[in-house]
Amino acid sequence: MSRKIDDYVRRTAAGLMSRREFFGRTSALGLSTAMAGSLLATSVKAMGPNKGGVIKAGIQGGESTNSLDPALSASSVPSHNLTAFGDLLVEVSPEGEIVNRLAESVESSAGARTWHFRIRKGVEFHNGKTLTPDDVLKTMERHSADDSQSGALGVMRGIESMKTDGDIFSVTLSTPNADLVYLMADYHLVIQPGGGFDDPASGIGCGPYVLEFNEPGVRHGFTKFANYWDDGRGHADQVEVVVLNDNTARAAALQSGQVHYINRVDPKVAELLGRAPNINIESISGRGHYVFIMHNDTAPFDNNDLRLALKYAIDREEMVDKILRGYGSVGNDTPINAAYPLYSDDLGQRAYDPEKARFHYEKSGHDGSPIVLKVSEAAFPGAVDASQLFQQSAKRAGIPLQVERVPNDGYWSEVWNKEPFCASYWSGRPVQDQMFSTAYKSDADWNDTRFFRDDFDALLAQAKAELDLVKRKELYRQMSVMLRDEGGVIVPMFNDFIDAVSTSLGGWVGDPGGGSMFDGALVKTWLL
Amino acid sequence: MIRMAAQRIALGCMLLVAASVLIFAGTQILPGDVAQSILGRSATPESLASLREELGLNKPAVQRYLDWLLAFLSGDLGTALSNGKDIGESVAGRLGNTLFLAGWAAAFSVPLAIFLGLLSVRYQDRTPDRMISGLSLASISLPEFFIGYLLIYFLAVKLQWFPSVATLNADMPLGEKLRTIALPVMVLTMVVLAHMMRMTRAAILNVMQSAYIETAELKGLTPFNVIRKHAFPNAIAPIVNVVMINLAYLVVGVVVVEVIFVYPGMGQYMVDHVSKRDVPVVQACGTIFAAVYIGLNLVADLVSIISNPRLRHPK
Repeated sequence: MSRKIDDYVRRTAAGLMSRREFFGRTSALGLSTAMAGSLLATSVKAMGPNKGGVIKAGIQGGESTNSLDPALSASSVPSHNLTAFGDLLVEVSPEGEIVNRLAESVESSAGARTWHFRIRKGVEFHNGKTLTPDDVLKTMERHSADDSQSGALGVMRGIESMKTDGDIFSVTLSTPNADLVYLMADYHLVIQPGGGFDDPASGIGCGPYVLEFNEPGVRHGFTKFANYWDDGRGHADQVEVVVLNDNTARAAALQSGQVHYINRVDPKVAELLGRAPNINIESISGRGHYVFIMHNDTAPFDNNDLRLALKYAIDREEMVDKILRGYGSVGNDTPINAAYPLYSDDLGQRAYDPEKARFHYEKSGHDGSPIVLKVSEAAFPGAVDASQLFQQSAKRAGIPLQVERVPNDGYWSEVWNKEPFCASYWSGRPVQDQMFSTAYKSDADWNDTRFFRDDFDALLAQAKAELDLVKRKELYRQMSVMLRDEGGVIVPMFNDFIDAVSTSLGGWVGDPGGGSMFDGALVKTWLL
Repeated sequence: MIRMAAQRIALGCMLLVAASVLIFAGTQILPGDVAQSILGRSATPESLASLREELGLNKPAVQRYLDWLLAFLSGDLGTALSNGKDIGESVAGRLGNTLFLAGWAAAFSVPLAIFLGLLSVRYQDRTPDRMISGLSLASISLPEFFIGYLLIYFLAVKLQWFPSVATLNADMPLGEKLRTIALPVMVLTMVVLAHMMRMTRAAILNVMQSAYIETAELKGLTPFNVIRKHAFPNAIAPIVNVVMINLAYLVVGVVVVEVIFVYPGMGQYMVDHVSKRDVPVVQACGTIFAAVYIGLNLVADLVSIISNPRLRHPK
C-alpha cells in the first residue's frame, strides 16, 4: 500500500494526476486528507522547483494607460510587472515576518528611531550597473520628496533624514517607529538605478526578469535575467502578464490553457470553475475589507447613536454568505482582523441586532428623513447588492436607508472621501500601525471617516514607540475598540483573495498581503 | 461632379473640426481630471498639485485646445498624459489592429451578405429565403457579447479549435494571426450580416417590380442572371450606403467585442483613456473615429452619385 501511495504522490507532484484524484485515491487507501496533504507538500518541496518554460498570468487590473513607473503602480497588472523586474529592500512573508531582499540585514538603534539597512553586494541591475547604497538612497528620496507622486509617499512621511555610510543605508525618523521595516516593504519602493530620477518608467530594476515587451493594457513580457542574485526566484525562462479585465474572458483563457493562473475570480463562479479537473481555486483570507464609511463630522453622522444604530442594522453573516459566497469572513467595525500581527481576538463580535439598532436610532433623535447611501460597483464587487441588503436589514430595525447608485466612472474622485456616507474598500496594510496611520489618524491623507480624535492619535504615537509587544498589543486593542464603538467605519466583511490556478503550476503559497501571492506568483512559482 | 466631390470633402473637414471641439468639450465636462485619475485613491493634495503642474493642466481650456489643434495639424499627436507614451506610435499599432480585424470581418461579411441577399430574392418567400432571414435576424438580435461567450464556450473551451484570447502581436505569421482573430471575426460577421443582407434583399425586390425586369424575364434570362445583371446594378446605391455604415461600425463600434476577446484595438484604448481623462489621446482617437465615419459616408455618397446617371448629370 505504501508503494502505491508513493506512486500517487510522485505522479501528483509531477502534475500527472490532479489533486482531486490524488485525495480521492489516497482516502480510498485509508489516508486522512490532512495526512495526504502533508505527504504531498513534502514531496513537492523535495522535488524542488523546475526550471524553464513560459508562465503566463491572466490578470484583471490593467489599462492602456499603465506606466512602468513604480511610484504610479496602483493595480494588479503594474504590481505584477514590479515583482518581475524589480526587487525591494525587504519583504513581508505570508507568515507576516520580514524577509531580507536587497537589504542583507536590518538593525535599529536609538529606540527604533534610526534604522540601518546593510545593502547586499554583487547585485546587478539589468543595465549592467552594480547596486550601491546610493541607488537605494536616491530611490527613497524620489518616493519621499514633497512633490512626489508616489503611492508610497504616505508611508515615507515620518522620515527625518536618510544617508549612506559604506554598505549601510540609514533612515532616521522624527519619532520612533518600531514598524518602520514593514513600511520599507511597501511594493512601490522598487530599487531603481540612480533612484529612477532620469527615467522612472524605464522598467530597469534588479529583479529576476528583464522587460522584453511593454504593451500597456494588452500584455507585458519578460525574460530571465542571467545575472540574477537569488536562485530561489524566477524559475521560468519567460513570464508574461496578459491583461484580461473581463471576468468571463479570464475564466475562458484559463480553461482553454492560454494562461496558467488568473486573479480576482468572481465568488459566484469560483466553485464552478474549481470543478474543472485541471484547475484549483486558491483563496486566502487577507487584510482587505469592504466598508461603508460615515463622516464623523457631518450631520447626521456626527451623532454616535446614529452611527451605532447603522452598525447594529447591518447583517454581516448575510453579506459574507450572499456577496462573498462564503469566500471571506465577518468584520467587526475595525479594519483589523486576525491576519494582522498583534491582533486581539477578545473584542467580541458585533452582530445584527434590530432591537439595539432601533434603540440607538430612537436615542439619536434623527428626524426620520431617509439616510442616503451613495454606492457604485466601483466601490467593491457586489457593492450595490450589499447596499440593498443593508437597506433591507435596516428597514427591519425601522431605519430609513436610501440607496443611491452613482456611476463607476469618477467614483473615487467625486464620491469617495467627499460624500458623507458611501461604500468603499481597503486593501489593508501589513501592520496595524500603518493601517491606523493611513486612514484613522486625525491628519491622515485618507481619513475618509473624518475621525478626529486626539486620544486615538496619542495611543497611536504611544504604540509606535512601544517596543514591548504585550503592551503594544493592548494599545492596539484599545484603538480597535475605540473605532468599533465610536468610529465612522462600518466593516461588514473581509474579502478573501481568490485566484484560479492551473494544476500545471507548482509552488503556489497564498499570501494574506494580496491575491496572486501578493502579485508575485510569476516569479515564485514554476511549471510542473 | 468634381466640384460636388470637393464640396463634400470640404464639408467633411469642417465637420471633423466641429467633432474635435465637441470631444474636447465633452472631456472637460466629465468629473475629475487626469491627475486625479492617475493617482486614484492614492491621491494627496500635494501629489495632485505637482502632477497637474507637470502635465500643464493649469492652463486655460481654450489654450489647451488650440495648442492641441495646432500640433495635430502639423502631424504631432503628442504624448499620453497618463503613461508618457507617444500617441502617434500607440495609435498606429492599435489602429492597424482595428483595421486588420475590421478588414477581415468585412471581407467575409460583405460578399456573404450580398450573396445571401441575392439568394433570398431568387427564392423569395420560399424555404431558403425564410431560413436566411430567420438565422440572420436571430444572430443580430442576440447581443454580441452573448454570441461571443457562446463561441468561446464551444469553440475555445470545449473544442479548443481557436484561442479565446485574441491578443494579436506583430511578430505572428499571417496564418497564426488569422487563427487568433477567428472568433472575433465570426462574431462581427454575425452581427453585421443581417443588416446588409436585408437591405440587399429589399433594394433588389424594389427594383424587381420594374417593367425592364419583366422584359428581361420575357427575353428568357435565367432568374439569377436577371437579378445579377439588371436588378443589382440599379439597387447598388442603397446597398453601398448600408455596407458603408456597417464598415464604419466595424471600425468604431466594436469595443464590446474587443473587451470579450481582449483584442488590442482602438476601442478599448480609447475607453481606457476616457476613464483616465487623458484628453490628448481621447482627442486623437475621437478625431480618427470621426474621420473614418465621415470618410466612409463620403465614399457612399460618391458611389451613389457615380452609379446613378441622374445624379451624375444634374440638370
